[in-house]
Amino acid sequence: MTGAHAFTQKHLLGMEHLSAGEITTILDLGEHFLQIADRPIKKVPTLRGKTVINLFLEPSTRTRTSFEIAAKRLSADGVNFSASSSSTTKGETLIDTATNLDAMSPDIVVLRHAQAGAAHLLTKHIKAAVVNAGDGQHEHPTQALLDASTMRAHKGKIEGLTVVICGDIDHSRVARSNIFALRKLGARVRVAGPRSLLPLGIESLGVEAFDRIEPALEDADVVMMLRIQLERKAGSRFPNTREYARVFGLNARRLALAKPDAIVMHPGPMNRGVEISPEVADGPRSVVLEQVSRGVAIRMAVLYLLGGGSDATE
Amino acid sequence: MADILLQGGRVIDPARDFDANADVLLQGGKVARVGSGIAVPAGAKVIDVKGLWVVPGLIDMHTHLREPGQEYKENIETGTAAAAAGGFTAVCAMPNTRPPNDNRAVTELIVRRAREVGAVRVYPIGCITQGQKGETLSEMGELQEAGCVAVSDDGRGVMNSEVMRRALEYARGLGLPVIQHAEDTALSSGGPAHEGAVTTRIGLRGQPAAAESAMVARDIELVALTGAAYHVAHVSCAETVRLVRDAKARGLPVTCEVTPHHLMLTDEACAGYDTSTRVNPPLRSDRDVAAVREALSDGTIDAVATDHAPHSPVEKDVEFEQAAPGLIGLETALALCLELVETKVLSPTVLITRMSTAPARILHLSGGTLAPGSPADVTVIDPKAAWICEPNRLRSRSRNTPFGGRSMRGRAMLTIVEGNIAFAQEKFVG
Repeated sequence: MTGAHAFTQKHLLGMEHLSAGEITTILDLGEHFLQIADRPIKKVPTLRGKTVINLFLEPSTRTRTSFEIAAKRLSADGVNFSASSSSTTKGETLIDTATNLDAMSPDIVVLRHAQAGAAHLLTKHIKAAVVNAGDGQHEHPTQALLDASTMRAHKGKIEGLTVVICGDIDHSRVARSNIFALRKLGARVRVAGPRSLLPLGIESLGVEAFDRIEPALEDADVVMMLRIQLERKAGSRFPNTREYARVFGLNARRLALAKPDAIVMHPGPMNRGVEISPEVADGPRSVVLEQVSRGVAIRMAVLYLLGGGSDATE
Repeated sequence: MADILLQGGRVIDPARDFDANADVLLQGGKVARVGSGIAVPAGAKVIDVKGLWVVPGLIDMHTHLREPGQEYKENIETGTAAAAAGGFTAVCAMPNTRPPNDNRAVTELIVRRAREVGAVRVYPIGCITQGQKGETLSEMGELQEAGCVAVSDDGRGVMNSEVMRRALEYARGLGLPVIQHAEDTALSSGGPAHEGAVTTRIGLRGQPAAAESAMVARDIELVALTGAAYHVAHVSCAETVRLVRDAKARGLPVTCEVTPHHLMLTDEACAGYDTSTRVNPPLRSDRDVAAVREALSDGTIDAVATDHAPHSPVEKDVEFEQAAPGLIGLETALALCLELVETKVLSPTVLITRMSTAPARILHLSGGTLAPGSPADVTVIDPKAAWICEPNRLRSRSRNTPFGGRSMRGRAMLTIVEGNIAFAQEKFVG
């Protein structure tokens, strides 16, 4: 790895506006950082003296923890600012919260927010680089990057793969970011789920839409299951979780429709027995935990690129 | 007031099917004469308007003046100043004030404040239901006596079909038009943008066009039942256009309006999460924009109305979904509609019909024509004047426009209300 990277973005707001080259740069750097987790001392000094604020205004455990570990492994100083402890519950606007934090001169603000466009809004008001860690139903770019990293590790390359994303597509920022990223990298993308959970005009994003998951699974290389986002009122879109599991859940019988070497992914948290059966979730083709491991490495790569760290190889 | 002689302009008065160069003499607050070579009466102010259009004063059927209650966004003084600068000689004040205009005390306050500080005529619109709650009819008879020219729960649709039926019947008896903000709130579910390919891409929650058209379809059946005069506010989608077209073909007393923003912008404008594009009904697809343009041209849509909805940074400098819906329109409406004349979507006569003649007809207002004896409400327009929309230079108290920075062509040079100059472009009148 040399110092020159094909990455000139100031912020990471989403996959929609990244080029295939920029995505590949992040994935390559992520491979490099992956090794650090295997070292006895899991820390490099590349972002020493940099400050990263995790501004999480929507409940999140794993993403926040992943970003926090990523910052620590790069020797950055990480600070968490969560919804429960925040002043937003006291009526302060997002802009005020952000400009106050920005006045403390952080280098990077990682934002999780319940509404689409929140990260975009931040970039107009603060000097720090902004990483979108999930904005409403819009995007979750580091999830798509860690997913692509996982697919590439198992399949060699993304180009030409058939990837099926199943479940609550409408409410899913993971689906949107994955669609943008995978299309740019040359994969065929199918989305499948009850029609009431597929957003209008999804085909305009260059994907094939299926009302049933069986035909979508045929010859699939990658099967990505999504959770039903009951907190976004998805529950009114179908009768109940029992029927959902029976008609749309991934079980061994349905997985057999995919290629024999197809991998099964899930961004978590999983609802076992709803969108995915325990036998599949824990089965040999599940790469769910590898996704989590790669998440730290990918987030290190993102923080490194946006934080202007010194040479990653030191 | 001095008499005013407007000399040598192109006079467009659709109500009399008149479009020719002529002088217009205003005397005693009335239009005295329209013709060529009118002799200058002693003491009259002579204004050379050669190359300009002289038209009946523009009337905005749909304005939010925010007074009483939200004067930090706009008040009657600033709102009517903006109207005058935009070429409007009259505005209709929507009743979603704080408190709402659902009783004569509020109507009287608006009428009095308009008389004291208003630059243009203000016609209040009262609520259909008390508190705009959609439950109990407001005191429409008293509202009318106090000066209301129509009723509307604008900002909300009347969801309960029985309440809407009785409102239509009762209003019909009074001769009051009922203006519906057509939105089935169960279907729209607070979605801040048009449900379609754009919301799917940018992750905003959407509301389907059917949230509007489903309510219009129901209402048209209630109009057939009751025979009341029914007007659809801010039509935004192709399906509503089709329903209104069919209703008119059935001979039902149905009219409707469209806003300049629904004529000029599609849902793509929301892609950058600019909260000045957050408006209800939302900006729709290009197919919908094509449909409302066609309908405005063929008369299915009767009127252009601004839905001027001022909001302060408190409501707008927030996340898109959090932002209050609405944008200001009084000072940009004319120039935006003149773009449709430039591109031959509308003729000058049709434009003036939609912005003056039709609103006067629908709401039974005086004005909307330059016929001798009519009120001297006149707008002088330079259809070629080039200017740039700078939000900080607008007269409205609020700045929430998505048209900031846009190169405009055409503007009001002179706005005359009852024979008095309410607005004149700088250096235009010495």
